[in-house]
Amino acid sequence: MLVPLSWLKECVDVPFSVTELADRMTLAGLEVEAVQYIGVPGADLVWDPAHFVVARIVEVRHHPAADRLVLAVVDYGTGQLETLVTGAPNLFPYLGQDLGRVDLKSPMVLEGATIYDGHQPGFVKTTLRGRPVRGIMNRHMLCSEKELGISDEHEGILLLETHTAPGTPLQDVLGDAVLDVSLTPNLARCQSILGVAREVAAMTGQSLRCPPSEVLMQGLPASEAVQVEIWDLSLCPRFTATLIRNVTIGPSPQWMQRRLRLVGMRPISNIVDVTNYVMMERGQPLHAFDYDLLLDRARRSGDALPTIVVRAAQPGEGMTSLDGVARLFNPFDILITDSGGPIGIAGVMGGADTEVHDGTQNVLLEAANFDMFHIRRTSQAHRLPSEASVRFGRGIHPAEALRAARRAAELMRTLAGGTVARGTVDVYPGQSEPVVATINPDQVERSLGIRLDAIQIIDLLQALQFECRLVDGVVHATVPDHRVDIGVGLVGTADLAEEIARLYGYQHIPETEMGDRLPPLRANVALEQEERTRDLLVAAGLQEIISTRLTTPESEARILPPGSAPDDRPYLTLANPISQDKTTMRHTLLETMMEAVASNLRHRPYVGLFEIGSVYLSSEEGSLPEEPQRLVLGMAGQREPSGWLGGSGRAGRVLPDEGTLGFFDLKGIIEALTDGWRIRGVRYEPVLNPSFHPGRAARISQTDRGYLGIAGEVHPAVASRFGMPPGVPLLAAELDLDAVLDAIPTRSAVRPVPLFPSVYRDIALVVADDLPAATVQQLIAQTGGQLLADIRLFDLYRGEQLPAGKKSLAYALTFQASDRTLTDEEVNKLRDKIVRRLEREVGAQLRA
Amino acid sequence: MLEQLEQLRLEALEKLAAIADGEALDGWEKRFIGRKGAVTEMTRRVGELSKDERPEFGRRVNEIKQALSAAYEARAATVQSAEMERRLASGALDVSLPGRPKLLGRLHPSTQILRDIFRIWGDMGFQVYRSPDVETDENNFQLLNIPPDHPARDMWATFYTTREGIILRTHTSPGQIRAMRQYCPEPIRVILPGMCYRYEQVTARHETQFYQVEGLAVGNQITMSDLKGTLSSFTRRLFGPERETRFRPSYFPFTEPSAEMDVECILCEGKGCAVCKQTGWVEILGCGMVHPVVLQNGGYDPAKYTGFAFGMGSERIAMLKYGINDIRYFWSNDLRFLEQF
Repeated sequence: MLVPLSWLKECVDVPFSVTELADRMTLAGLEVEAVQYIGVPGADLVWDPAHFVVARIVEVRHHPAADRLVLAVVDYGTGQLETLVTGAPNLFPYLGQDLGRVDLKSPMVLEGATIYDGHQPGFVKTTLRGRPVRGIMNRHMLCSEKELGISDEHEGILLLETHTAPGTPLQDVLGDAVLDVSLTPNLARCQSILGVAREVAAMTGQSLRCPPSEVLMQGLPASEAVQVEIWDLSLCPRFTATLIRNVTIGPSPQWMQRRLRLVGMRPISNIVDVTNYVMMERGQPLHAFDYDLLLDRARRSGDALPTIVVRAAQPGEGMTSLDGVARLFNPFDILITDSGGPIGIAGVMGGADTEVHDGTQNVLLEAANFDMFHIRRTSQAHRLPSEASVRFGRGIHPAEALRAARRAAELMRTLAGGTVARGTVDVYPGQSEPVVATINPDQVERSLGIRLDAIQIIDLLQALQFECRLVDGVVHATVPDHRVDIGVGLVGTADLAEEIARLYGYQHIPETEMGDRLPPLRANVALEQEERTRDLLVAAGLQEIISTRLTTPESEARILPPGSAPDDRPYLTLANPISQDKTTMRHTLLETMMEAVASNLRHRPYVGLFEIGSVYLSSEEGSLPEEPQRLVLGMAGQREPSGWLGGSGRAGRVLPDEGTLGFFDLKGIIEALTDGWRIRGVRYEPVLNPSFHPGRAARISQTDRGYLGIAGEVHPAVASRFGMPPGVPLLAAELDLDAVLDAIPTRSAVRPVPLFPSVYRDIALVVADDLPAATVQQLIAQTGGQLLADIRLFDLYRGEQLPAGKKSLAYALTFQASDRTLTDEEVNKLRDKIVRRLEREVGAQLRA
Repeated sequence: MLEQLEQLRLEALEKLAAIADGEALDGWEKRFIGRKGAVTEMTRRVGELSKDERPEFGRRVNEIKQALSAAYEARAATVQSAEMERRLASGALDVSLPGRPKLLGRLHPSTQILRDIFRIWGDMGFQVYRSPDVETDENNFQLLNIPPDHPARDMWATFYTTREGIILRTHTSPGQIRAMRQYCPEPIRVILPGMCYRYEQVTARHETQFYQVEGLAVGNQITMSDLKGTLSSFTRRLFGPERETRFRPSYFPFTEPSAEMDVECILCEGKGCAVCKQTGWVEILGCGMVHPVVLQNGGYDPAKYTGFAFGMGSERIAMLKYGINDIRYFWSNDLRFLEQF
């Protein structure tokens, strides 16, 4: 909310600088986000008092040598008159007139001052220098709003409606500071100048000056001109109607227009401006109807007088609102209606058919109170956030309605020349007893950690206009009738505690260490294992990434070759996506991983990444989706980092060759992870998956836990969808992290370091080419038993020296006993046993 | 014979003194003191001497053999060390050449900052409690004292799903309800991390998804002064022991009193700069005393229990700590950014 200091000062004295005011407001919860200065120090253009003054124009004469210029004779408080040359079109009507009785004033800038150049676009500073204009020396000038930096208005000079004496510094008349206050939703009561002033008064101990509420009422009572009915008091606790007769529509006075502009509103006419002005001043939105239009409508329906009915919208009802939009109403919309149908969307916007216009003579002023939840819902449904709906939507006390009505009626009477009919029609079914909240010193201490006595508590609350009584050591605080944010019972106590803390000053509450009992300690095993998994992968040289979790089904379909059937599992879909590329929650991390590898490969010869995160698998309607954790790996590029010692890769041109990463590099990382976790019994079996290269993908599983994930070289048709260079393998794996972590053995015994020497034997075996190496290794391990400490494949050979369809696998075997040195004889027997078993079961031949 | 022996000794020593490499040294050893060497040969010739001369000769041969062996050992040591020096001298490297590159894995900066945060809170007895990203409107709003159509809902631009009542969590606060319902009536100290989502256009300052870390403490005697003290300790641990904090009133429907905590601007040390908008303070977290309605919804009697809660955006903290000016880097997966951490 924008708060002009000059307006604020009308309601409360501010005995310190703007900066200090802003700081103190911020520390009291009314955060001042910015201050805009106009003409005063702090502004981009400061109107220094020696050069910027108020001048009275005493005569406007023809310029002897130019038709488009006039001479303005001005008094600017020096005792001498000065003649200025100006082309301001708004001075021409005064040519030759006797200005003796007209108080015509304008800002005057003296030679040497810096102002904004009125003729250049934007705000460009220039220094005013005297020069002759068509033969007449012109040293000073009368200025436009633009030249002063008030607005970009440059059609003519600014004419001031002010009674201040010529020569008064302009700063004192138009200088201002506008505070931009960010109000949290609970500060509904501060959405007005008076509301902010109330807080300033409370925090500084200054007294508050409320705007006057006296109104002169005359003539036939309003109740003889209009009737009001409220059909549902839960929608509308109060509705008042005040009649102002015989007004003359015209512009509102300059001071009111200026203030409205300062708070960001556009002046329209005296009647409309008064409704807006009072809303800004007191926080109560108002609406002005043209009474005669209402009367016409009533008569057309056969009624003598208009009857205003406040009720919920009925099916099919509609109306054209003030902004010219034809609207169809929802059952939750609250309507102001008459016998002819809706005439306003309560608290949001009036109807076009009954609005005040240039010829309006009689005004019916509405000041009412509506249910905040309905108003908020309506303004959202119709996309009509307005100054009124924001205020109603946050809650206003119904007591405000009549006070605002009286203030506005009186302003209309004085500014638009009408008479206010006697007796505002006031229907107030929602009137209730004031809320009384309670708090005692122990409760204050329990919440805030500070000890205040009851008198101190009462002093703080009274500054905020709570009426306090002390009953048996308990403070009973009656909530003032300008706020609706204080509850009863324990909630009321918490509400009061906050007010006490705020006025006491958060900065004065001490800082203490928690003395409370520690809760039972629990291990978060899942998190600890996840973090250790990250560490293992980082140790294996991978970089962690974190991707966006919102995607689209089309985007995820990129992990399949073009033309594949898409993922048919239902997605969790957003009802209100913010952009076309973020409509659903992801099913996989492979898409973002493939994208990340391919895009980084454009500027890196090697890319190795991992990510841990949830996928969102939609389950049955009405329940939350499953959020299983995935671990995804992605790699591509040169195995050896390039440098003078070897490796040839360069960003952007990784070439497919011997040094390019392949399936076994990826598998090595997964093995490092499972070995790091001491997970045993992990199996890799060939699998066909549309995302992967046929014959180069493995289903990973574990003896006890079953499926762990899939790893492989990405199908070239998929890799190319992500812009991978042809022929360079893109490696990817997606593991079910929950399953992997579940496969971790709870205990893994530490073997003693061997005391006796190991014995080594190599064996090379010729087997069928399609026999999985894992089968051979498994047979070796089984046969070798306890004494076989390690098996390492060190050579794989296919070629000329072997028959077609055969391959040779060479293993280095390490034999080790914990209690003795093994003899050659023992080891040879074991080796022979292994070989015999392989010969028997898989037709292996020992290679010479 | 003795004379010959003496000549042999002199010759051997003379030759030995001239030897400078291992090969010549081996040759010398073979020629003079080896099994077929000259000195050994001399012992065999003992038979040519008379019985009387033999003891004297034998003694002398042994003496000379020992002396030569000792001289040989000494020489060998000198030669070997000279040889090693020559070898070392020729094996010098240009140590200014770059080392063999090692691929170093790294954690994402968000993970790093989360670990920092977990560690500090862990020291104060707060344990990590995780809850789902996709939540019910009830947990995310209603049980946190934010009824439907409440104006406070404007504080969270929400992603709704096509399923009635199911949304993407706008904050990790629904975890407060879950933790309370799980642990009631035990006291609670938990940290609630997780990805949150807001309906916001992506800019340098806003992302549709971000990590939030919330904290919740519930007990019998937890006060706002504890909240201030605990959060100030956290800030000093994270940003440095001299770092000042400032608490000012704010509003969250699930806490009362509510506060924003500002920390003295890390970049300008509180003097005023563009990051802190010349105020010297940067807002880093919201906090407050748990609202009685929320305690009640969690199963705790608000007449007996109090608590505090706080929430911070971890990317925002990382941005302040590392001077990152654009939040979009975090999920860009660009190694040129990630490798800097």
